[in-house]
Amino acid sequence: MSLWFLLALMTVGAIFAVLWPLSRRTDVKREGRESAVYQDQLAEIDRDIANGLIGETEGAAARVEISRRLLAAADAEEGSTVSSRLRLRRAVAMVALIGVPVLAGALYLHLGSPALPDFPLTSRARAPVPGQSLDQLVAQVQTHLEKNPTDGRGWSVLAPVLGRLGRFDDAAQAFRNAIRYDGDNAARRAGLGEALAGAANGVVTAEAKAEFERAVALDADEPKARYFLGVAAEQDGRPKEAAALWQDMLSKAPPDAPWRPVLEAALARVGAAVPAPSDSASAKIPALSNDTIASVQGMSEGDRGAMIRGMVDRLAARLKQNGDDVEGWLRLARAYMVLKEPDNARAARDDARRALAANEDGLRKLNEGLKALGIDG
Amino acid sequence: MIAEAGHYALVLALALALIQSTVPMIGARLRDPVLMNVARSTALAQLLFVGLSFGALVLLHVISDFSVANVYENSHSLKPLIYKITGVWGNHEGSMLLWVSILALFGGLVALFGNNLPLSLRANALGVQGWVSTAFYLFILLTSNPFLRLVNPPLEGRDLNPVLQDPGLAIHPPMLYLGYVGFSISFSFAIAALIEGRIDAAWARWVRPWTLMAWMFLTLGIAMGSYWAYYELGWGGWWFWDPVENASLMPWLAGTALLHSAVVMEKRNALKVWTVLLAILTFSLSLLGTFLVRSGVLTSVHAFATDPTRGVFILLILCVFIGGSLSLYAWRASSLKQGGLFAPISREGALVLNNLLLTTACATVFIGTLYPLGLEVLTGERISVGAPFFNLTFAPLFVPLLLALPFGPLLAWKRGDIAGAAQRLYAAGIVALVSIAVLWAWVRGGSAFAPLAIGLAVFVIIGALTDIAERSMLFRMPLSIALRRARGLPRASWGTMFAHVGVGVALIGIVCETTWNTELISTLKPGDVAKVAGYELKLDDISQRQGPNFGEMLAHFTVSEGGKMIGVMTPSKRSFSTRAMSTTEAALMSRGVSQLYISLGDTAASGAIAVRIYHKPMVLLIWFGPLLMAFGGLLSLSDRRLRVGAPKPAKASRSLQPAE
Repeated sequence: MSLWFLLALMTVGAIFAVLWPLSRRTDVKREGRESAVYQDQLAEIDRDIANGLIGETEGAAARVEISRRLLAAADAEEGSTVSSRLRLRRAVAMVALIGVPVLAGALYLHLGSPALPDFPLTSRARAPVPGQSLDQLVAQVQTHLEKNPTDGRGWSVLAPVLGRLGRFDDAAQAFRNAIRYDGDNAARRAGLGEALAGAANGVVTAEAKAEFERAVALDADEPKARYFLGVAAEQDGRPKEAAALWQDMLSKAPPDAPWRPVLEAALARVGAAVPAPSDSASAKIPALSNDTIASVQGMSEGDRGAMIRGMVDRLAARLKQNGDDVEGWLRLARAYMVLKEPDNARAARDDARRALAANEDGLRKLNEGLKALGIDG
Repeated sequence: MIAEAGHYALVLALALALIQSTVPMIGARLRDPVLMNVARSTALAQLLFVGLSFGALVLLHVISDFSVANVYENSHSLKPLIYKITGVWGNHEGSMLLWVSILALFGGLVALFGNNLPLSLRANALGVQGWVSTAFYLFILLTSNPFLRLVNPPLEGRDLNPVLQDPGLAIHPPMLYLGYVGFSISFSFAIAALIEGRIDAAWARWVRPWTLMAWMFLTLGIAMGSYWAYYELGWGGWWFWDPVENASLMPWLAGTALLHSAVVMEKRNALKVWTVLLAILTFSLSLLGTFLVRSGVLTSVHAFATDPTRGVFILLILCVFIGGSLSLYAWRASSLKQGGLFAPISREGALVLNNLLLTTACATVFIGTLYPLGLEVLTGERISVGAPFFNLTFAPLFVPLLLALPFGPLLAWKRGDIAGAAQRLYAAGIVALVSIAVLWAWVRGGSAFAPLAIGLAVFVIIGALTDIAERSMLFRMPLSIALRRARGLPRASWGTMFAHVGVGVALIGIVCETTWNTELISTLKPGDVAKVAGYELKLDDISQRQGPNFGEMLAHFTVSEGGKMIGVMTPSKRSFSTRAMSTTEAALMSRGVSQLYISLGDTAASGAIAVRIYHKPMVLLIWFGPLLMAFGGLLSLSDRRLRVGAPKPAKASRSLQPAE
């Protein structure tokens, strides 16, 4: 049933309510009358006297009073006449037929929004309305999971989204819940490791590395875990090992693997050669032109620079607020050295010493770390 | 489609109200029965369409359609179902829709059950009802439309004010509105009578059930609101002389006066002009009450609507209806014929005294509530008129009212015998004096007036019982005859007794609670014991719990008396994240009609928690009283018998004269 049909039906109902009495004869005799009340009152007096509720003399006095009212009411009713105004009735019928729909329609069109469909909660939960931000969707899933914390599938859907939104701590928690309630697998372990690394500003910590290793143990070809194990090797100062791992991945990878450019960029970063795709793969698709590869590399280079910059700035801001983190300071100093900004690295060193002045143990650790980085002094 | 259909139904109701407010009145003027009968069908159709509209809004709240602005602003998908429904009238727009729904309901009831009314009176009354509805439909549609839509519906609503997320919201506003709006019927009848230019005892007979119904609901609504404030706000108070409470008290006082003066009119055809005025005033005060709350003029918990653009509209409605009806009254009242005469000492006289005192009380509340507003408008100075003013003015008005109350029913119509009435009240007086003496001897502390006030309440209660005993001739006739007579008494007489006993019972509760209530404010750690009024309350532990849309901190108390454990109380604090607000949920334990009351304050860093513990003696009587009053009203309403006030004839002195 369409909206307009429903509205038309309602209008017809309203018009009918006005026309109905106009089309009927009214029996005036059957209507209530004032004298009826007084007649009933007289009857009531007789009953009260019979029950002994009022005395005979009081009853007689009341009867006189009520009879007087009864007479007056009867006189008034006698005098009233009934008329029928046919033309006026027709005018009212016309007003109902034309006025009601016109007035109601005009006012409704002015105020209402007939074009808008309903949006009940249940239907919106199935088909998200365009224009809703990802944050809102995430919030919705989160409230759902607050109520049903053991919904493993929900966690496994939510976790990668949180990772992409940069909410790494939440993402790590979500991956852990997904593993707990929906089973362990390589992709989830790799995702957890990635979230942990993200939470540590891109550094593959020991904890993250353990997760990647678990993922590879579950599935030796899990690409994300293997890539990050390479990153770990690179960060530990073993770029050759990293390059070997990545080259092995590339040579085995299908040519349309989406993570191919990432690996190629990573290899370029450590200065290693990009292996040719395996014969079977190269036979299927033509090799990319050198220009394309260069542009991809150039793009990711710029992007990566911006990304690193952002991470370093975030870390510096965090340390400014909470300086009691030796590892953090060392990471910041190392980052500045990698970015070839020794002045900033020295400034970070001085800040760190000031922040850790009260922490003798921390200060010693810091100095040892700085010595290893070569900015001691 | 639901929202749009509901919206259109409301617009159609407006169109029908316009016809209802004109055609039947023209018909009544020209004496055309067909045109007059249009009132009935339009009133019923209006009820249907407003009902549809209200139903649509309820449905929208239940299915959480946040494309409707009203639902988005006042609902949340996680709210329990009952609060999704009650949330419909927990906001300005929805509550106005409830208001017109009830207005249409009463109009429909008059149309359905008004068969005993003369055609023209019914047509005119429904016509006036149509004016009122027209004004309200316009107000809703143009300034407070609950069906406005949002093009980009948000994903989650902003939730209902947590203080309102309570079962009290399911009962208090509908009851209060049934009361407020119910008085619109007596108003419409009064205006109809003024337009027709004649009014008689029969008028009061016809208005009686509507007034009684409205009064009953208003009584229950106010009592419910008071109990709600008592347990929800966490201060243990039950009446704050808050302007919003006063706004509901004023129509109640005027309505109570109307109820009594209508009795005089029905039985004796007297006080007609005054009764019409009271009917107008009562509804005017209801309108004022509704709008004082709605307009946001008064800053309080209830003022959830604060929008100056509505103010002008509201002022306009108030001016048209109150000013218009009073002008009509001034113009036409002189044409109404005066009715029966009576001596000053008579049932009528007693009821006039009742009316005088009640309307004066109403006037003091009116001044106390509106004077600060007026002063602020005129001079910009902000003052607040609080409890001391009302206590000082109310007591001197209510003491004579209550003293005179038992005399009223014992006096005869037309001319009464005060000495005879006093004689019959000896027993009540003696019981009252004895209770005063006993209280003085027995009770320590508190105001010296408290035993006097309780004595007064006892006098009222025994006096009301005396009336029934007298009528059934208890103690003067054999018991079996007295019982038969008691059964034969009109139910209205029993209703009078219950209502008057209710007044006394409520007074006892009020006096006991305010005089002997014990309060303890303290900071407790788990394991600590607080002692209040002979009870020991041990704080066992504090725990956390997750509700559907709130987090809750619960404190578990074990209550013991004289070393014997008598129960567990768990007051809590709820915090609602959507509005970042918290509410206190007091724990109550009834001991007879007294109560123990615990509400939680803030938590200290050390893990200790601030608590307020009260012992409130006889506090439940405060609300039992109104329940009894409403029950009396119900008995009286169920009494289909006609009422006659048989006048006491003047002494037949001639027969005593010596023969010539």
